[in-house]
Amino acid sequence: MSKKFWETLPQGSVVLEAGSSAKFKTGGWRSMKPKWIEENCIQCLFCWMYCPDMSVKVTAEGKRAEFNYDYCKGCGICALECPGKKGNKAIVMEEEGK
Amino acid sequence: MTTKPLKLKELAKGEDRFAHGHRMCAGCGAPIVVKQVLMATDYPIIASNATGCLEVSSCIQQFTAWKIPWIHSAFENAAATISGVEAMYKSLVKQGKLEDKQVKFIAFGGDGGTYDIGFQSLSGAMERGHDMMYICYDNGAYMNTGIQRSSATPFGADTTTCPAGDVIPGKPQQRKDLTRIMAAHGIPYVAQASPAHWMDLMKKVQKAFEIKGPKFMNIISPCNRGWRSRTDDAIMLSRLAVDTCYWPLYEIENGVTKITYKPKEKKALIDFLKPQGRFKHMFAKENEWMLKQAQEQVDAQWERLLKEDSAVREEKPAEG
Repeated sequence: MSKKFWETLPQGSVVLEAGSSAKFKTGGWRSMKPKWIEENCIQCLFCWMYCPDMSVKVTAEGKRAEFNYDYCKGCGICALECPGKKGNKAIVMEEEGK
Repeated sequence: MTTKPLKLKELAKGEDRFAHGHRMCAGCGAPIVVKQVLMATDYPIIASNATGCLEVSSCIQQFTAWKIPWIHSAFENAAATISGVEAMYKSLVKQGKLEDKQVKFIAFGGDGGTYDIGFQSLSGAMERGHDMMYICYDNGAYMNTGIQRSSATPFGADTTTCPAGDVIPGKPQQRKDLTRIMAAHGIPYVAQASPAHWMDLMKKVQKAFEIKGPKFMNIISPCNRGWRSRTDDAIMLSRLAVDTCYWPLYEIENGVTKITYKPKEKKALIDFLKPQGRFKHMFAKENEWMLKQAQEQVDAQWERLLKEDSAVREEKPAEG
């Protein structure tokens, strides 16, 4: 990212690009990493609904896909809320970097 | 416009209007609230924001997480700002300078910017009858500046400006019931919601958007930093808040109160207090009276609400 000076910024502190925060990746904040176990997934999409970082990808057909690790901060809400299948969670938290 | 169906599979195909890359803490409740509110409808939305966690971390320098027109001016005037935007929009449409696209106006504020600092501008905008919605995400303190007490902080909570210690055992006062204060303005729609009950929350947002005039919604938003809890329990805590009747889900439409969710079994308040470090001192032997008092406050609030619930009143015709 190049440095911007005041002359080059839009006047009135306006941000002209909607959703430009996507250029700032927050995945580096993570110390715990969620892991998706597809065979235990019942496609309830609660993880998608409750993710504060919009980091659960969904396919065009509305099916759950992999996590978006570029933005996932590793809070673990998805793993706690995951109902799983027959008592087996479809999301588990693992230590980052292991 | 027809009301959007609230099916997770269908909703998931849509695009989020609040982007990732925002800098709220891991496990924060506020982005969940915002995303659910914006997802509930397809109407074009213009939002204003009071100063607070949501404002400072969703719009930093050239980065914005918002995919809708969004404006921040100051702490105390989110409602005044959006009421001005709404009045201007109405005027331009009337003058034929703008095409009416049925734009909806929302002001977002935290509990500090709503209960305390922004209260006069909120009250004024509601009284003037602007066609707007105010959404308060209530995390029960000034979390952005480092957990100072607000008038939304619950009884007994430990904050940096009412620290639990030898002198006082946390906040000595009860929290202010803003939802009722807003209802007392006589506005057409007031509701209380929780992100754990997403369907209920989104139905309320949809309903509110179909009503002309000022609307107010108060939504609980757990803060793991300020509540001294785990990062993964935002949804669990907002669900417990509802199940213990600390945060009842209800709406007041044109003066008629309706409880939208009644827990099958009302849980004891300690189930909600126990996972939160800010209430830790209340579990000490000498502070047991606080747990009792906090439970009594919640019971009284719930009993009062039950009496006002329209469904209950219809069952029992007035005597004499």
